Amino acid sequence: MPIYRRVTLSRVLQISAIMLLIFLVICVVSLALGSVHIGFIEVLKSLVNSFTGESSLSSQEELIIFSVRLPRVIFAGIVGASLSLGGVVFQAILRNPLADPYILGISGGSALGAIIGIVIGAGSFYLGIPLLAFVGALATVFLVFVMAGGSRGPLLDNSLLLSGVVVNAFFSAAILFFLSIVNSMELHSITFWLMGDLSGASAKEIFVAASCLLAGFVLLYAQARKLNLIVQGEDTAQQLGVNVERTKQWLLVVTSLIISVAVSLAGIIGFVGIMVPHLMRLIFGSDHRLLLPVSALFGASFLILADTIARVVLAPAELPVGVITALCGAPYFIFLLKRKAY
Amino acid sequence: MSIISAENINFSYAAKPVMDDVSFSVDEARMVAVIGPNGSGKTTLLKIINGTLFPNTGRMLIDDKETSRWSRKEIARKVAIVPQETAVTFPFYAEEIVLMGRFPHLNNYHFEDKKDYKTVHEAMEKTDTLAFADRRFSELSAGERQRVLIARALAQEPKILLLDESTVFLDLKHQAQFLALLRQLNTAQQLTVMFVTHDINLAAQNADRIILLYSGKIYAIGKPAEVITAANIKEVYDVDVLVDQNPQNGLPRVTLLT
Repeated sequence: MPIYRRVTLSRVLQISAIMLLIFLVICVVSLALGSVHIGFIEVLKSLVNSFTGESSLSSQEELIIFSVRLPRVIFAGIVGASLSLGGVVFQAILRNPLADPYILGISGGSALGAIIGIVIGAGSFYLGIPLLAFVGALATVFLVFVMAGGSRGPLLDNSLLLSGVVVNAFFSAAILFFLSIVNSMELHSITFWLMGDLSGASAKEIFVAASCLLAGFVLLYAQARKLNLIVQGEDTAQQLGVNVERTKQWLLVVTSLIISVAVSLAGIIGFVGIMVPHLMRLIFGSDHRLLLPVSALFGASFLILADTIARVVLAPAELPVGVITALCGAPYFIFLLKRKAY
Repeated sequence: MSIISAENINFSYAAKPVMDDVSFSVDEARMVAVIGPNGSGKTTLLKIINGTLFPNTGRMLIDDKETSRWSRKEIARKVAIVPQETAVTFPFYAEEIVLMGRFPHLNNYHFEDKKDYKTVHEAMEKTDTLAFADRRFSELSAGERQRVLIARALAQEPKILLLDESTVFLDLKHQAQFLALLRQLNTAQQLTVMFVTHDINLAAQNADRIILLYSGKIYAIGKPAEVITAANIKEVYDVDVLVDQNPQNGLPRVTLLT
């Protein structure tokens, strides 16, 4: 049982710094591993050298590090952080530690929006697909809330999870429907999506996702104290000075944005949003001023690690990263459900 | 000057009327008990006073300003409520719960400073909760949790304290301690206290005004001796009671006749 430590600014900064260090170590490990093995020291050297302009590695190895692996590592980090933040916020708003963008069907809704985008050719417009993914995510958030008894009703564990199951089933059907009517070229890009694909992001897309994540994080962090109160119950939050309805709407919009950008670029990656916040809460407590940054950093590290495993385990072939996260996440979810102590 | 005043308040959940033309006023530094049978609208009344519910018609004024015109934070600096029970889903520590009482006094990015922790420490000292400040809220007994929630309300530094059945989980010692604390805050800090209770004797012995609610209406309001009569109790609760006087202080005392 962890001991109680007050959450102060210096503690938040200290722990975030430690998590950042872990994150950087995992980045280096991930850059070194792959079908072509490059030593850790070499990776570090070339990272340092990229700032000074010298070069110690063969140009082929540099190409692998900077053009193939680095964008992918950064992208995995962004997606992992986005999904984890989404998990933290949804769990708080719904006061249910089992809620996450995947379980609730929000990833699925976002994916459906994006797939409709691919099918109708919205990809030719700038940000056309992420925009449709955002609409899909918001629509699902709304749908899940209505099904789980509206914003006024009590959000019971079961009704929420059940509505997530139903929504997910519906979206799977819709996605399969689109799969059966599209041509084979589109089919490939869609199927990879369903289990998550971190390989395809362009530098521009990574930049957009990073900006959304950063802006989203700042906006969410401003609400961190309110999240602490909202998890005490809406009546309690209201009486302690939080305008609950407005705060909730704002949080849902910001979170949907972060999630939908991640999903539209990386596909459906499950269980990150449930495992990471839960583990972090277990170690660092429930104060969102600490929980938000550590979940983002650990989520980034976790997905980079999962993606590295996905790249390495069957090298030179690759697994979709969602396979790895589901393989660890599903048992963890069942464990949580059985234990009843979140 | 009255700090709380209700003017012809009507309120209903969907089609079910809960408050029916309720008017009353409470002077500053009063200790008011609200009694009445189940479903008579006691909890709803508290929620209307702290502005988490607004009357459908009529006006609820705190410090002569309508609750709907206060911002949430402004009203939270004036009115604190101790709820019956709080759902615990996430692991928070007792001190963190009390610290949340400081929310209305801080801006969003602000971390609590020494003064806030001092306020929290004092609130926990008064409620005898310091011993488990570093324990998980979910691991505490119902009575201990209740005291932590009382500490949270005190940390809000309100002018009005509303209590919804806040003594039910407390053992005798802590009940006595808590009532003494309320009286002390009431006289020393001019805190206005309004408490909902099912314990008519508790109300009669501790309040200087009593509001008796009966199906959404004020059936009687006044000093304990005026409100607590065998006739009123018979009419509202439909039970026969003996009302006599406490030999020590002359306040009404109720004994259930069965």
